[in-house]
Parts: sequence; structure tokens; C-alpha cells
Amino acid sequence: MSVLVLIDHDKGEVTEVARQAVTLGRSLADDLGTALSAVVIGEGGKVVQVGSVIDLLWRAGHPLLTDYAPGGWGETLVQLVAQEMPAAVVAPGTDRGNEVLAHLAALADLPMAANVAEVDTAEDVWHVVRLRWGGSLLEHAELSAAVRLLSAAPYAFPPASVEGEPPTVKEFEPSLDESHAVTRVVDRTTVDEGITLATAPLVVSGGRGVGGPDGFGPLEELAGLLGGAVGCSRVVTNNGWRPHSDQVGQTGTRVAPDVYIACGISGAIQHWVGMMASKNVIAINTDPEAPMVTKADYALIGDVGEVVPTLVDEIRRRRS
Amino acid sequence: MKVLVCVKRVPAPGARIVLTPDGRSIESAHLSFTTSPHEECAVEAAIQLKEAHGGSVTVLTLGPAEAEEQLRYAASVGVDEATLVPTDGGDIDPQATAAGLLAAIQAMEGEDGPFDLILFGNESADSGGFQVGIRVAHGLGRPVVSGIKGIDVGDDMVTARREIPGGFEVYRLPLPAVVAVKEGITLPRYPTLSGRLKSKKLEIRHHEVALAAGGMGMIRFESPPEQEVKTEIVADASAMADVLERLGVL
Ligand SMILES: Cc1cc2nc3c(=O)[nH]c(=O)nc-3n(C[C@H](O)[C@H](O)[C@H](O)COP(=O)(O)OP(=O)(O)OC[C@H]3O[C@@H](n4cnc5c(N)ncnc54)[C@H](O)[C@@H]3O)c2cc1C
Ligand SMILES: Nc1ncnc2c1ncn2[C@@H]1O[C@H](COP(=O)(O)O)[C@@H](O)[C@H]1O
Repeated sequence: MSVLVLIDHDKGEVTEVARQAVTLGRSLADDLGTALSAVVIGEGGKVVQVGSVIDLLWRAGHPLLTDYAPGGWGETLVQLVAQEMPAAVVAPGTDRGNEVLAHLAALADLPMAANVAEVDTAEDVWHVVRLRWGGSLLEHAELSAAVRLLSAAPYAFPPASVEGEPPTVKEFEPSLDESHAVTRVVDRTTVDEGITLATAPLVVSGGRGVGGPDGFGPLEELAGLLGGAVGCSRVVTNNGWRPHSDQVGQTGTRVAPDVYIACGISGAIQHWVGMMASKNVIAINTDPEAPMVTKADYALIGDVGEVVPTLVDEIRRRRS
Repeated sequence: MKVLVCVKRVPAPGARIVLTPDGRSIESAHLSFTTSPHEECAVEAAIQLKEAHGGSVTVLTLGPAEAEEQLRYAASVGVDEATLVPTDGGDIDPQATAAGLLAAIQAMEGEDGPFDLILFGNESADSGGFQVGIRVAHGLGRPVVSGIKGIDVGDDMVTARREIPGGFEVYRLPLPAVVAVKEGITLPRYPTLSGRLKSKKLEIRHHEVALAAGGMGMIRFESPPEQEVKTEIVADASAMADVLERLGVL
């Protein structure tokens, strides 16, 4: 028995969310008094660096796994799980992590708990706390299975260190055929994004209160002056005022800038979960009772159509 | 081509989610309900495929009788047929949900022939299990890809694009296939008056399935702790510039 964690990596470097999943895996292994193994699937897997936090590293390779293939990765896990019978398989709560784990769950007919934030292994039936509604609601659930499948909610656990003596490495060659690689990455396209919404240090975001697509002009100016990106609410994307790539929230982009300036956004919970990790929240809103105002660090009660252009002028004046 | 879309009815909470006293459901007496957003975009994608290639679009949901509201909404924007797998309205775990949908799809395909494409949302808004579509695809023995923000159909293949930092991954699956999509793949249209009227007359098929609980059972919900903040009211744009200066972004 062991605990097995799926390692996601970017060109050999273990991603931060994967290191968070390692932290969850390590704590489960410690609770159960067992070893923590990790598995890296695919060609790039040859070079990842994991530290002493992991006891055993499986490198699973196959000629069909030259690029990401969710079903092939899932089938690889099925075969490794059948051989090792771990108490649990932990994946990062990312697009890929959840996808591969769901393939394993479907193939092995096991339950799967996505985006887990806490686990209690005291009983045979584990007690898990998982995120729903993009993180605005917690679910307590019991997980009853021979092998528990869990994805670690991003940012719910500190990232494990990849320093220290590397673990023993073992090769694992799954037996796969073409059918396992029907769904695979066949091409990649790149877009030059400049400052991206997800990583910008400052976001100027607009909601219904901005009034229409033209109302975003001053917001773009403000973002430009402050070296930030423009975001928006779902009402704005639903109205076609801005592209969906600008949407912040549960079904949009998650942001965590130093400063988030919410202009004419009411602060619905599905918007809030997308920006609550911001260090400072500034609200500009006509309604002093709006949730965005009462939850913000700083609020200016006023019309965005007047406040933002005046602010832009003021910043220009101070800089000149 | 024949397209099926699996949609889920979910409440639309506003500023915060309020729970019932037993903590086992969301207090929804004063809430409106909607279709989970990723799936609303999946419905629009299906209608656009029908407009481009001909054929028909069917929606399927597993939920309480009230979920007919979401099926009729889908009909009001151009969906042709709708099926409900009725439940008592409680929280259904992902394994049971997938089994129920799979049974209904197999029955529908048994009567009317296979769907070329089955669309799901990437994750349901209220549960976020990230798995129902993948389970159903394996049950049907069809290829599946999730997290998709762009699709094209041609030559019996579906080309699907997944957004990754700095670009897209491209997948190409032979039909029949299953694709789980994300909001932003399309911009959903609003219903027309004639669409609304037509949707009132839509005959909704019911497909009864006995649901067996899966291995993950919800015990109760809990609201995450809220951070106490003291909001500083800023008088005007000039005072706001001072704040930005203090925060070191000017
Ligand atoms: C499952 C689900 C997922 C969702 N996902 C998301 C998501 O990812 N992102 C998201 O944003 N929403 C999401 N929503 C929608 C969300 O519930 C809200 O409907 C939405 O965030 C509201 O957008 P808004 O604040 O722009 O509009 P409103 O709620 O209408 O608020 C407009 C605000 O502007 C203020 N205002 C009006 N005029 C002015 C003015 N001239 N100057 C200053 N202020 C003014 C008003 O006082 C009000 O506070 C989701 C909903 C559901 C059900
Ligand atoms: N009760 C349901 N009825 C119809 N489709 C559903 C239901 N639950 C989930 N789905 C579909 O499965 C997708 C993934 O759901 P989940 O695994 O719960 O995140 C959703 O986006 C829907 O397309």
C-alpha cells in the first residue's frame, strides 16, 4: 500500500499546483504510515526533478504517449494502480489533473472527489471537504472506495519542496494500443498576449455599471497608465461588450493581483470567487450597499462614467 | 448531424449562498434557477452546428420536474427535442448522475439512432465534479476531450481547441464523439418571441431510471469563512489617486 500522486510538469519543471498536490499526498501517506510514490507520464517525464518528499518515482513511458493524451494517461494510471493498489491517487486540481483522474475513475468505476481541501483518513470511509461553486461553498462528503481518487484544490495546500535527495526511479511501461491515443494533442497554436489577465499585477474590471462597450475606453486608459489588464463581469460578456477572455469569476479567469479595481460591479459570489485572492480591492460604485463595496478595502461612491476619466486626468497631471 | 447536450438546472445565488438549516441544500425559495453556464454555451454551440450542417439538437437533463424550465429555455433558443430523467430533487452524486444519463442516452439512441456529437459542460456550476461527461463517454465507448473552447466539425471529425497559457492545444476526434466545453466557446443568443411560443408546446420526454448511489456521498454543506474587512470610503478621484500612490501603483 502507498499513496500515489500524479505529477504535472511544464518542460520538466514540476508546476506549483502539482507541488501542492504532493503536499496533500505526503500528508495522507504520513497519516497512513505508508510511502508516497509519484508518477510522471509521457516523454517529458524523463527529466522532472522531485525531491526527498517523494519516496519512489514511477516514470511511465510508451511510444503512443509522445504528447498529452487524456485517455492514454488514464489507462496508464489504471494499470499502475492495479499493480500497486495504492490507498489513494492524488492529482492536481487543474484541467489536466481532473481530466486524467476522471478517466481513471470511469475506467476503474471508482468514485472521484474533485478539488479537495481537507481529508480525514481516520476511518475506512474517508471524510473529505471539497470545493463547490468554484470555491464559494464547501461540501463535506464521505468517500468509500478501495482506492480513493482525489484532486487537490489549487492553493489549498502549500507547495512541497522539490529539493533534497531525489527518490528511487522505476520505469513503468503500460500496455497501450492506438485506441488509447485517439484523443491526443495533435497541434498547438500560440497567441501573443502581452499582459495577461491571469498574471497582471493590477486589474481594472468593469461591470454592468460601465454602461456599454464604449464605457470601457476610460477603463483601458486607466489600466494602461497603471500597467494593468482589463477584466469584466459576466453581464458584460453576456451582452457582448467584451470578449469572454476578459471575464473574471467562477466560469471565467481567476485573478490575484496586488490591486483589483471593480468599476460598476455588484460583487455577486460567482464574480467574487474569481478575484477574492486580490491583495487590495477597490470598488467604484453608485450603490454604497453593493456587496463589492462592503467587501472592498477602499470604496468610492460615485458614477464610473465620471470618476474614472477624472482619475485618469489626475494621474496624468501628477505624472507630468 | 445529430447533437445531444447534457444540461443541469442550478440555482443562481446572488451576493452569498444561504444554506437550509440542515445544511444539506442551498436555500432556494427566493432564488431563480438557470442552466449551468458552460452548458448554456454548449447549447449555443450545438445550435450553431445545426445551422451550419443541418440536423437536430436534443437536450437532456437529470433533475426534478422543475428542470423542464431549463429544457424549455433551450427549446426557445432553437433546440428541437428534450428529455428529462426525473429525480426527487436531492443532490445526486456524479457516478449516479453519469449512470442515469448513460441509460437515457442508450435508450434514446436505441430508438432513434446514435448522436454524432454529445456535448457536456466542463464542470457543473453547483457540484464541480469534473467527471460526468468522461464517465458517460467511457460508458458509450466513445472518444472524449474536456476543457474545450472551440469546435469545428467536418469529414466525420471534430476538431477541438483547449485554451492553455499562451495559446491553444488542438485535438481531433473521430465522430461519434463526446466533448466537454467551457463558457466562452460561444456567446449564447437570447430567445425570440416565436421561439418562446414554440417552446411552450415542446413535448418533453421522460425517461425513468433507477439511480444507485455511487461511492461519494454528500454529508452537508458549509459556507467558507468570510474575511472581516473595514472598508475605507474614499471621497473623490483625487483621494483615490492618493490611495493608488499609497499602494505603490502610481
Ligand atoms: C453558475 C454561475 C456562474 C457565474 N459565473 C460568473 C463569473 O464567472 N463572473 C461573473 O462576473 N459573474 C458570474 N455569474 C453572474 C453573477 O451571478 C452576476 O450576475 C454578475 O457577476 C453581475 O455582473 P455585474 O456586477 O456587472 O452586474 P450587476 O449585478 O447588475 O451590478 C451592476 C453594479 O453596477 C452598479 N452601477 C450601476 N450604474 C453605475 C454607475 N453609473 N457607476 C457606478 N456603478 C454603477 C450597480 O450599483 C451595481 O452594483 C455567474 C452566475 C452563475 C449562476
Ligand atoms: N444532473 C445532470 N443532468 C444533465 N447533465 C448533467 C447533470 N450533472 C452533470 N451534467 C453534465 O456533466 C457535466 C459535468 O458535470 P460534473 O461532473 O458534475 O462537473 C456538466 O457540465 C453537465 O453537462
